[in-house]
Amino acid sequence: MNSLDNLRGVMRRDRVFDFMLKKTGLEVDLSHGTILYLENVTVSFDGFKAINDLNLYLDAGELRCIIGPNGAGKTTMMDIITGKTRPDRGSAFFGQNIDLLHLSEPEIAQAGIGRKFQKPTVFEFHTLFENLELSMAGDKRVWPTFRARLDGQQQDRIDDVLEIIGLQEDRKRYAGSLSHGQKQWLEIGMLLMQNPKLLLVDEPVAGMTHQEMERTAELLTSLAGEHTVVVVEHDMDFVRSIARKVTVLHQGSVLAEGSMDQVQNDPRVVEVYLGQ
Amino acid sequence: MNILNPLKQDLGGQLFLAILVVAMLLVPALNLMLPEGNPFHISTYAITLLGKYLAFALLAIAVDLAWGYLGILSLGHGAFFALGGYAMGMYLMRQIGERGVYGDPLLPDFMVFLNWDALPWFWHGFDMFWFALLMVMLAPGLLAFVFGWLAFRSRVTGVYLSIITQALTYALMLAFFRNEMGFGGNNGLTDFKDIVGFNLQDDTTRIGLFVASALMLGAGYIACRAIIVSRLGRVAVAIRDAEDRTRFVGYRVEYVKLAIFTFSAVLAGIAGALYVPQVGIINPGEFSPLNSIEIVIWVAVGGRATLYGAAAGAIMVNYGKSYFTAALPEVWLFALGALFVLVTLFLPRGVIGLLKRGGSKA
Repeated sequence: MNSLDNLRGVMRRDRVFDFMLKKTGLEVDLSHGTILYLENVTVSFDGFKAINDLNLYLDAGELRCIIGPNGAGKTTMMDIITGKTRPDRGSAFFGQNIDLLHLSEPEIAQAGIGRKFQKPTVFEFHTLFENLELSMAGDKRVWPTFRARLDGQQQDRIDDVLEIIGLQEDRKRYAGSLSHGQKQWLEIGMLLMQNPKLLLVDEPVAGMTHQEMERTAELLTSLAGEHTVVVVEHDMDFVRSIARKVTVLHQGSVLAEGSMDQVQNDPRVVEVYLGQ
Repeated sequence: MNILNPLKQDLGGQLFLAILVVAMLLVPALNLMLPEGNPFHISTYAITLLGKYLAFALLAIAVDLAWGYLGILSLGHGAFFALGGYAMGMYLMRQIGERGVYGDPLLPDFMVFLNWDALPWFWHGFDMFWFALLMVMLAPGLLAFVFGWLAFRSRVTGVYLSIITQALTYALMLAFFRNEMGFGGNNGLTDFKDIVGFNLQDDTTRIGLFVASALMLGAGYIACRAIIVSRLGRVAVAIRDAEDRTRFVGYRVEYVKLAIFTFSAVLAGIAGALYVPQVGIINPGEFSPLNSIEIVIWVAVGGRATLYGAAAGAIMVNYGKSYFTAALPEVWLFALGALFVLVTLFLPRGVIGLLKRGGSKA
């Protein structure tokens, strides 16, 4: 069965001899309008199937919310996309041409997938400006990093991003002194500095006040279009306020997909999740 | 680029280097110009002691670069120090020539004693000073590179990494104790006569070694500063504080660690090479895990992640050690242990942290 799969992989008509192509440094090909393909992905930890035959497709430029009860496999799915966890089976393609399963985490980040962690993770002993500087897209090998100097254009870019996340007043502050909500924004700003095509945002409003939540909703909706944004969130009000298309995960696979109203009225969804 | 650029906005570092330059000029002057009876005269013995402290300070800076800025708590830096020391020791052994006890023109005494009839292959080339200097950097650098490559690629971090660095230095100690290794067994290398033609017992040679140690300490400090103020240095701190984040931002964390760890090991090797001619011996005891832990204590006492704090800590603790081991030898280990406990409990940022806090209040 495995060898048959391999054969099919080689024989796919849109990707003839793709094993001869180089794996890194590719510009993502979005000619078909789909930015992410997860197909038949399965991961198990000690026999427990965290992801079970998952199929998920994302259109370029969309804002997708992913919801699901605890243990539905949301974070594991992000781990697979960003290269932290390797699936037992299945395939994961970024655009038409980049096979995510062959790349390491830094390579995937360089290819254009940015990820915000569940717990806000910023460089606490660096200023906001430095946080963004370090995240900036560019040559990140050791020697070029040692020799790197900021030019005017790059400084402008950092200032732009500081403005987008609304923290331009705080550029000289240490990231460790920010509030929880501000750290979340800074982390989103760090993702933006990487010029990603796809943003994976894990629980962006956890621990935020209502006002902060509204600003985050504005921020994320403004990013969609130019970027593809995937938001994993528990807070239903927040999801309702930004969602155009919602995917419900349950026990490691997709249970329902559609607009918020469709999903909410789906009896299966009500049963496993919303009705509880 | 001006080589002093890395010192901008580093007041402590400027002060540290200024003191170092003054000491480098003043100490030899006080030794050479004043007669022995004068109260300000500095004896040659004291100069050698100071030179030894400076070599330790360089070693402490190397450890601080890896620990304070990159978050790698190495409990095996003594191994790199000792390897640099052995490389220098091998050069000094080859310089003895026919003046050894057995008078063999080629073989060092311990080889004659073991009835060896030829020089082992790895002793070739050490009759040349430049080759020895190369090995002083290459041997620890290569070991750190291979060790780091294996450890960082498998993402060994934290306590586990510290434990295997400790195992590394312990393994090397056991290996160097064996006579068959060809490094003099448990006696090590000693009985040195001269270095690049200068007699090691001469006062002027000792002053030269002191000045060389001071120069290397200054150069090492500036080199570490250059790394820290660069973007690479900021990436290092980022790795220390949030390794996963750094990886997902797109940096090859293992390569950054490997580069800085290897550089740190090379510095430690240079420190070892300065140490050996001043104390006149190198033996496997230098690989002892205890030594490596002591280095970490120096850095903790002085203050982590400042570099000059590490250097100051090394000098202070070693001065205390010289004093105590002479005055109250049985107390020293207890004092060292108590010092570490007290610093961890009350001075998490070391003596430098205390001074800084006092300074900002005033």
